[in-house]
Amino acid sequence: MSAHGFLIGAVLCFGFFSWYPICREIVMSFQKSRLGVTSWAGLSNYERIFRDPTFWTAWKNTLEFTVLALIIGYAVPFFVAILLNELRHAKGYLRCLVYLPVMLPPTSALLLFAYFYDPSYGLFNDVLRHLHLPVSQWVQSPGTGLPSMAMISVVIAATWMNMGGATLIYLAALQNIPGELYDAAELDGAGLFRKIRHVTIPQTRLILSMLLLLQIVATMQMFVEAFILTNGGAGVNNNTLSVVNLIYQYAFALSGASNYNSASALGVVLMLVLAVFSGGYLWLTRQTDR
Amino acid sequence: MTISVDCAPPASAPQQHKEWLEDVALFEKQNPNITVNSIFENPCEVPASFTAMLKAGNEPNVFYTYFTDKNQVLDAGQAADITSYVNSKTVPALKDIVPTALAAVTAGKTLYGLPTVNYTQGLIINRVLFKQAGLNPDQPPTTWAEVEQDAKAITKLGHGIFGYGDYSAGNNGGWHFSSEIDAEGGHMINSAGTGAAFNSDQGKAVLQALHQMRFVDHSMSPTQQLAWGTLQKQMAANKLGMYIAAPDDIYNVIVPQDGGNINDYGMGPLPSTSGTPAGSLSGGNDYMFAKRDTPAQIEAGIKWLVFENLTPGVGFYNYARQKADGFPVGFPEPQMFTGATEAKQQQLMTKSATVNPAYFSTFASAHELAMGEPADAQAVYKTLDPVMLEVLTNPNANISQLLSTATGQVNQILANSG
Repeated sequence: MSAHGFLIGAVLCFGFFSWYPICREIVMSFQKSRLGVTSWAGLSNYERIFRDPTFWTAWKNTLEFTVLALIIGYAVPFFVAILLNELRHAKGYLRCLVYLPVMLPPTSALLLFAYFYDPSYGLFNDVLRHLHLPVSQWVQSPGTGLPSMAMISVVIAATWMNMGGATLIYLAALQNIPGELYDAAELDGAGLFRKIRHVTIPQTRLILSMLLLLQIVATMQMFVEAFILTNGGAGVNNNTLSVVNLIYQYAFALSGASNYNSASALGVVLMLVLAVFSGGYLWLTRQTDR
Repeated sequence: MTISVDCAPPASAPQQHKEWLEDVALFEKQNPNITVNSIFENPCEVPASFTAMLKAGNEPNVFYTYFTDKNQVLDAGQAADITSYVNSKTVPALKDIVPTALAAVTAGKTLYGLPTVNYTQGLIINRVLFKQAGLNPDQPPTTWAEVEQDAKAITKLGHGIFGYGDYSAGNNGGWHFSSEIDAEGGHMINSAGTGAAFNSDQGKAVLQALHQMRFVDHSMSPTQQLAWGTLQKQMAANKLGMYIAAPDDIYNVIVPQDGGNINDYGMGPLPSTSGTPAGSLSGGNDYMFAKRDTPAQIEAGIKWLVFENLTPGVGFYNYARQKADGFPVGFPEPQMFTGATEAKQQQLMTKSATVNPAYFSTFASAHELAMGEPADAQAVYKTLDPVMLEVLTNPNANISQLLSTATGQVNQILANSG
């Protein structure tokens, strides 16, 4: 009985703030609202979002961000953690330094990067000019190629902001690896990379796969990074428009044609994609564990 | 009886706050049965919060909206029909309110609100930079060719100064493009409101002029993706020669917020190929009445708006008080009235004027035709932002292709909202 009592708080919180909004979103995605009257709309909201040319642009950009964030944002913290773990001096200072950006409010961090990226007076172009290298328009770069310079700029800022948390988790996992394993590997003649491949990665596999899932789910919901860096827009020719940004545009930004119902339909599509991915991922990891 | 009214100036704007409180006190004294419950906020409307407020149905009794909000307010079913409450007796200046402003709060034959501010746009110039560049600040450029020429001369001053600036983010790029195309004699949307009309010679001429200044003349900054609020700062810091805006940018933003000197700015008409603007995007704001308002609250709300916003010499139009409080007086705005009401307003304004009307004479004498905003304005502007951004960031931008793609997107928006 007491166990159920303790559960009530969590169930109520999840119910009000997660499950009810999810159910409401699903219902709203099949409705339309005109002159204050809400009625059923069948699949028309879904048809609308699938017909919108920016729908596919947003998905392409979101996948581009996710892949780039995995290549840069997933690997960099892992190697930084290994480096920090190997250091003998100034450990605390460097850990603090790596974690510092996480403590900055995201908006402040991104406004800082918006200044760094400014094509006229930004820090990055100043450095390039001093080195006599060609300057870049960074996040304002035109072009929608894969990968686009604009999206790479967004990923760099996102990685800098978020790598502290992942680095600390990796570091904790690394410190749980028994030292004897490395000693044994060394006796067997393993160098740094073989130790990483045969000891570090297998020993941290659980943490690595958990962070992989969390990172994919988080990066697919990218919004604030591109929103702030593009001054509330979506980049040159929509080259940084993400799915969540498009949801925001449907719901709020298109004042006059704002449409919660279409925004809900797109939200449901994103939720289904992430649910299918998460389900598939869990199934795969269970298969591997057997 | 109590009415809640939003968009009251907060204490952070002390003089405006003081004037509002004085007006409320005087109004309540004249109407002892009415209490005005002021909701202090700045800015008056944040679009995302406004949309959420409409969905929740918790707007004040008398609530502020942009002209472009009409469709979404009506879609949300939140505006009361005030047609039967408004006549020449309850709103004495009714016949003199400019027709486009009244149209902005009317759907069919039903009136949903009262307009309070109406504007057309022109070209704000920095008189200091004009003089330094050897140009005549009393003759602002009127054609795009002259704008390009003057922008080049101003950019030559160096020190990070650029001749011309424009927006390409926050829906403001599309908003300015709309005004620029109006001046050229083109249209954003066809007259039936069913399709985009900006993929035209006029649309191309505007974008070509901007592209020329950015990539051939280099008289526009490499920093783009600018939204409202940025160009005003550059103007106040004497780093920008010209940009398009309504006159209130000077007395509401550049001077009080960004520290500019009131006598450093002037204004000409919107640039166009011919030198005579065919029209200007006109916009503004108004107050609507919540659907749940009682008839007595609607009557009281109309009384308040007439007192505060629609009577020369009183409230917002108390120029003598504005002068005494240190506000600049004499700008050619808001363009709310015609006929006798306008004449009275002009007479009172001239009597208390503190700025030199000659600085704005070419704008005022152009008498730009007010064109109103296109259907689904914010959605259309949003779609044109990327076009402006591409033209201002890509040296190889294909203007025809960009306008063609945006046409498809806007047609889709119009089809969905119909």
